[in-house]
Order: sequence, then C-alpha cells, then structure tokens
Amino acid sequence: MITLDTLKLGQTATIQEFTDNFLSLKFIEMGCLPGEKIKLCHIAPLGDPIAIEVSGYLLSLRKQEAATIIVKINPENTVESCVI
Amino acid sequence: MSSKSSHISIALIGNPNSGKSTLFNSLTGLHQKTGNYSGVTVDKHYGSFHYHHADFQITDLPGTYSLYPKSIDEEVACKALINDQERIDVVVIVVDSSNLKRHLLLATQVIDLKMPCVMALNMIDEAEKNNITIYKDELEKLLGIPVVATNSRKKLGIQELKDAILNAKISDSIFYNFEKQKQILPHTNSYKQIIESQFLENTSKESVIKSFELEDNIRRFSKINYIVAKCIKQPEQLSKSITQKLDVFFTHKFFGFAFFFFVLFIIFQFIFYVAEYPMTWIEEGFSHLMNLTAHVLPEGKLNDLLVNGVLAGISGIVVFVPQIALLFFFIAILEDTGYMARASFILDKVMRRFGLNGKSVIPMISSVACAVPSIMSTRTITNWKDRIITILVTPLISCSARLPVYTLLISIMFAGKQTFLGLNYQGLVLMAMYVLGFVAALIAALILKRILKTSEQSYFIMELPIYRKPQWQTVAMLVYDKVKVFLFDAGKIILAISVVLWFLTSHAPSSEFTQIEKEYHDAIANTNNDSLKTIYASQMQSQKLEASYAGVLGKKMEPVIKPLGFDWKIGIALITSFAAREVFVGTMATIYSSGDSDNTETLREKLITEKKFGTQEPSYSNAVCWSLLVFYVFAMQCMSTLATTYRETKHWKWPAIQLVFMTGLAYVSSFVIYSVFS
Repeated sequence: MITLDTLKLGQTATIQEFTDNFLSLKFIEMGCLPGEKIKLCHIAPLGDPIAIEVSGYLLSLRKQEAATIIVKINPENTVESCVI
Repeated sequence: MSSKSSHISIALIGNPNSGKSTLFNSLTGLHQKTGNYSGVTVDKHYGSFHYHHADFQITDLPGTYSLYPKSIDEEVACKALINDQERIDVVVIVVDSSNLKRHLLLATQVIDLKMPCVMALNMIDEAEKNNITIYKDELEKLLGIPVVATNSRKKLGIQELKDAILNAKISDSIFYNFEKQKQILPHTNSYKQIIESQFLENTSKESVIKSFELEDNIRRFSKINYIVAKCIKQPEQLSKSITQKLDVFFTHKFFGFAFFFFVLFIIFQFIFYVAEYPMTWIEEGFSHLMNLTAHVLPEGKLNDLLVNGVLAGISGIVVFVPQIALLFFFIAILEDTGYMARASFILDKVMRRFGLNGKSVIPMISSVACAVPSIMSTRTITNWKDRIITILVTPLISCSARLPVYTLLISIMFAGKQTFLGLNYQGLVLMAMYVLGFVAALIAALILKRILKTSEQSYFIMELPIYRKPQWQTVAMLVYDKVKVFLFDAGKIILAISVVLWFLTSHAPSSEFTQIEKEYHDAIANTNNDSLKTIYASQMQSQKLEASYAGVLGKKMEPVIKPLGFDWKIGIALITSFAAREVFVGTMATIYSSGDSDNTETLREKLITEKKFGTQEPSYSNAVCWSLLVFYVFAMQCMSTLATTYRETKHWKWPAIQLVFMTGLAYVSSFVIYSVFS
C-alpha cells in the first residue's frame, strides 16, 4: 500500500482511496477524487509540506495529511516535470 | 426575474482565488463598504451600482470551496446565502475559467439551491493563455443558467454580466440525488434544507449529513466530468508556466528562505524606519494644533480636557496610521500576487511546532515595530486557533515603543562601563531584551497550543494560486479599509482610555492642586531669574503629578510592586505607560522635574544619583533596572493593543487574557530577577 507522502519529486500516481473521514471530505471538495491523476511537484525546503498537481492546479498539504491518501503509482513509473 | 423591482440584491459567491473580489471591485467601483458579520470577525463587503434604471445592492461573500463549510469564513458564506432574511434576488457564481472543473463543484451546489443564478466565467484571459476553449452555449445549456465570460482585471465582460443579472433564472437542472436525500433525511424536501440542517443546534444528524456530503460531492464530480468533456477543449500537453518556474525558486532550500527574509527585511525597514517620518509629522502637527487650541480657547477645565485629553488621545490614534497603511500595503501585494501562500508553504513546518501558522511569521516580525498593525494583519490566518495564538503572543515581541524605555534603563545600569570582551554592553543587553521577548512569545504559543480547544480541525490543505500581477485597486482598498477600521473601531476605545488617563494625571482628590499652584506662583513671581523660574515650574508639575489621582494610585500600588523593587514613582509611570510604553520616560522626567522630556540626559543623571529615602543606596540599582527592564519586556501595558485585540476577536475575553497572562508573567519574572540581583 503506497501513500501520497512517499512519492518522489515529479512522480505521478492515481488516487485510490482515503483513510481519514474528515480529510477525505476536504480532499474531495478540492478535486482530489479516487481515480484522479496527481503529480508531486514541490517539497518545502524543510521536507514538509508538499505540493501536488491535481486537476489542473497546485495543492499544498502536510505529509501527515498526504499519508491518508492511498495511491497507485502509474505503471510507467516515469518522473515528469511539472507544468503548473 | 421581474424588471418591475427597482432594487435588486445580488450575492457574489465563489472559491477563494476565483478573482471574486476583483470582480466585485469592477462592478461597484468605489461604491463599496466594509462591515462585519455579527458575532464573527469575517469582513463583510457590500456595495452598489446603478444599471438600467435599477439599483443593485451587491454583497461579496467570503470565498468558499463548497456549501459544506470547513471553516468559519465558509460557514458565514453559506449561512448568508441560504438565510431567507438576506433576500437575495440573484446569485452570481464566480468561477476560474482556467480551473473550471474544481470550481464547478460549488457552482452545481448553488444551482441546486434553486435560486436565480448567473455564472461569471472569470479570469477568461488565463484560460485563453493556456489554450483552453470553453463552449459557453453548451455550458449554459447543461447548467441551465446564463454564463458570461469576464476578465475582472481588465474590466471586460462587466456590462454583459450586468445584462445577464437582469436575465438570471432558476435552473431546471438538478445535480443532487433526491432519492438518496429522502432516504437519509426523510423530512427534507429540497437541497436547501439539507444545507440548512448543517447549522441546526441538534448535531445528532451530523454523521448522516457527512455521509451524504461524501456521496453528493462524488456524484457531482461525475456529472462535472461529463460537463467538462462536453464544454471544454484543452491541449494535451501544457507548456511550462511562469508559476512553475517561480515556484522552483520560491520553494528552493536556499533561495526560498533568502527571498522570504529579503521580503521581511523590506517590510521591516518600511514600518520601522520609513514610517517614522510621517509619524513625526503627525505628532508635530498635533502638538501645533494642541498649542493653538490651548491659546485660542479660554483657559480652564474644558480647555485642558480638549487639549490634553481628547486631542492628545486622537494624536495617539492617528500616529499609528503610517505603520498600519505600510504593513497592509505589503501584505495586500503579497496576498494578491500569490506569494503569501508560498511563504506559508516554506515556513509551515517550523511554525506548526509552536502552534502557529506559516502566516504567523509576518505579524510576529512586524510587531518589532508595533503590535497594533500586526494583530490586524492576522486576518490572513484562516485557522481560528492559529490566529488567536498569534494575536495573544504577538505583543510579547519588543515593539518600538519599548526602545526608549530600554535605552534609558540600560544607560543607567552601564553608566561608565563600556565594553565586555570588546562588545558594547548596552548593545548586548538591548539585544538580549529583544531575544527574551521573542523566546517568550514562542514559549507562550507552545503553551497556548495545548490549552486552547477548538472544534475546527487544523489542516494545511490549501491551494497555491498562480502568480499574478498585483491589482492596485485591491491593494488600495485593503489599506483604506484597515486604516478606517482602526481609526473608528479601535480608536474609540483608545480615546476613551486616553481621557481617563488624562483625568487621573490632571486631577487630585482634594484641593491640593490649587495649594501647590499658589505656592509656586508666588515663588515664580518673586524671582527675576529665568532659569529659576523654569526650575520652579517643573517642580510644580512634579508635585502636582504626585498629588494627582495617578500619584495616589502609584502610592497605593507601592506595596504590590515593592517586591519587584519599584517605588511609587515608578508606579505612576507604569500607570501612564498604558497610553504608550514610551510615556514612561516622559512621566519619569516630570516626576524628577528634569524639564524637557526629549532630553533624557538630565533625567539619566538624576536617576543615577537618586538615593533611597534616608539611605545611601541608589534607588536605581542594577537589581531595580533589570527588574524594570524585564517588566517592560513582558507586561501588557498598551491600551491600543488591547483595543485592537478586542476589535479583531470581537470578544473582551481575549484582551483580558492577554492583560492577565502578560502582566502576570512580567510580575513573576521581575520578582525573581529582583530577588536574585539584590
């Protein structure tokens, strides 16, 4: 089981499910839905929080929050550069 | 909608960063006001415009991501929208065209409320820049409401939007699952009732509503995906944006922090040094005005009240304006360009440990100049608990009004001694005082983090908006608003306290004043020596202050402050410092009748040579000075800060807590310091 906080910079993945009830509600209204493709774009200089590209915009979140999102790393497992 | 009614009430709703406020500015121009939603500290922006023989009243609701609120701001927006009494005729849903998918969530929710709606496809220029094509007619058909493309920054599409508002309609489309709603909340008949039921006192339905929310939003997004597929054409591969390039720099391990400290440095320079010029002009201007008024009006109590009570009080309020205006000028630019979100992003990890927020850094650093604008600037912190903690601890950081007090006391302590290991003693101690204040603020934040309870869950799930050029109208509006709010809201309280302080220092319980005056008038009349006349005059002031209510209070206070090494003279100065901490120096100058308070040299000499009554011990021993220094670092002795805290929290509880905890901390620390040193 891979969670969002373990992604490497530029790695893309697909959201599978959430493990925290309250945060899942927040994530969904921010456009992070199961099946949505995401990409890790920035890591704050001190290692936390992180910023992901999701449905065309940049979203920042703390690692502990990212740990509640279960993802599947895309099969090509390529590292892409971010555009947003 | 009927064109008969000549008053049309509009509400603007949209996600944060949808350009909603800019659109509001474009619609209303300068016809706008800022108020407050009752009971909460969320700004209410409303304005008006005239179009086609109708008066439009328009309210800019706080930004929200959905009608299931997750913060106080969002709750205010939802409640304002569904509240029948607000009598909204048309809802304008503002969306970011370049990021339509996420913005459509709120849009479909609002449409389901069955209110007449219009959609503004705002920031259409950004969508065009990214080669995103939106088929407007198709979108109108699927949503069932008029859709208008706008660019609020360039004021494009504004007239079309006004026309559309006149043609707003209730959509026939339904996006929520009515059957599902009937299952879980059988008594409800509309989507609006579901949204309303969130705000009922009875929380037994909370988990039911949460599960409905989850399903509802997922269902909405599946419909939105269909709409997006039908109405939007976007390129497969986007080119690298400027935002991406800038973010690599702004979140860089070295350059990210370097730039942030550069920003802080600039802000600090402006509010600390540049603001000093207009502040001096204001003070000088008022002092001229006070002289003039004193001479023009007949002498007497009323004259004294007007000049030394009211005018002095107003001067003490207006003098804050340059610092407030400058700080908010910078904050508005940082917010408007999108940099503020990045500053939070890089600092969150450090600040979180102390129960603070990445956005707490700017208020805390600014309070080195003054706590008043800093407390006002905490509005940018959306999390309630983080914001309250920032407000409470910010005044512990040494502000510029403490500097004259520190300088005077340190110069007494180190008279003669100059260096320690080649370093200037005075500079070292001064720096230690600033460090002490900063450390105390962080420790207090840590403690408050454990004490304060909140129902609001803390999270950092936040949009990093794209970088944009600042809008000067938005910047000017914010600065104007903040200055106005301070002058009229906090100002009232400051003025009232100033008048009380004036009364305390200029009135005596009995007729002692007349006796003192008579004595000195005779003495002054009987001498031809001018310098003797000045000495008598300042001695008279000193005796009058001693006899005044403030003097009586100072003496009454003596038993309480004695364990700290303070006598009644310091007691008086502690009371008058409440106007502003630097008044300590002026009051001491009056008490020791050292003449002009601008010239602290004579005062310093007097304090150094002052002996305790009937002994050869110096009154201002090192123990007393250390104790007093520490007292000034910690104590809450500033009525303007308390008034601002009240204004920004809308509750007397918070300034009261601030007063008790800071002054308590000061008392205990000074007691320990005095006991150790003496």
